[in-house]
Amino acid sequence: MLTLQCPYCGVWAEETELHAEGEAHLKRFGPDSDDADFESYLFMRENPKGVHFERWRHASGCGKFFHAARSTTTLEVFGTYSAQTLEPPKDIKDKISAKYPGWSWREFS
Amino acid sequence: MSEAVSALSGAIFEGFATVTDTGLRGMITVRGDLASKDMGAAIKAAIDADVPAQRRVTAGNGGKVAWMSPDELLVVVDYATVLDTVAKLNAALSGSHTLVSNVSDARAVFEIRGAGCRDVLAKLAPVDLSQGVFAETEIRRTRIAQVPAAFWQTGTESFEVICFRSVAQYVFDVLRLSATKGGEIHHLG
Ligand SMILES: [Zn+2]
Repeated sequence: MLTLQCPYCGVWAEETELHAEGEAHLKRFGPDSDDADFESYLFMRENPKGVHFERWRHASGCGKFFHAARSTTTLEVFGTYSAQTLEPPKDIKDKISAKYPGWSWREFS
Repeated sequence: MSEAVSALSGAIFEGFATVTDTGLRGMITVRGDLASKDMGAAIKAAIDADVPAQRRVTAGNGGKVAWMSPDELLVVVDYATVLDTVAKLNAALSGSHTLVSNVSDARAVFEIRGAGCRDVLAKLAPVDLSQGVFAETEIRRTRIAQVPAAFWQTGTESFEVICFRSVAQYVFDVLRLSATKGGEIHHLG
């Protein structure tokens, strides 16, 4: 069972209080973009074995969306952070680097 | 004019703890910048309470205020005074980007009273309800079995559960099942 701390209300919420909302930090490509970018925005998702960044929603709690960084293999949680950001905060990236030197995920490393 | 009644008209279940539909309650959702001067003044003007800190409940004159999220409060007052309270809040917040909404008739409130009240809730919500962990002045938004709900302590051996009126029968039924004699756990006391 996954337990994530909601950065908005501070609750350590277990999985059944949350709703998974897919991959984090998607860059939107709208109607004027080219077909490849639009297709990738709509359909292409990371499915890593290891470090992963996701969006979650504290659905049965305060209702807010937030981000989480975790490992899909060990279920270790590196941290949760605000939804109002375009990239993972430095302290979380440092924490991942300490454990998995040389990790990368999309444009982040 | 039609007579307003609560969802289950005061239904009571006596198990190892007692579950009661507490009747109509005034509830007002307030959204906006909780740290703003206007918000502080509005909550003062409405029920003479302070804006609560994260996940806390503050009490005032004739009501309570609960922290629901970083931009949302729930003001709880007597059903009879809810329209007055809405008017006071609206007057105090007229200049700022806020929302004040009377949600009284969209909600139901149940009381769980008795020595096993923590066990009744702990069986239904993914929350640590141990003495000393769940604070006296805390509100917890979570789920009760399969539906969203919130609860707070009203005494050493009593809690109140707030849920949507549309699921009042469901919440009463699961609370009743959890409080049925023979289902005591004696874990949380
Ligand atoms: Zn939350």
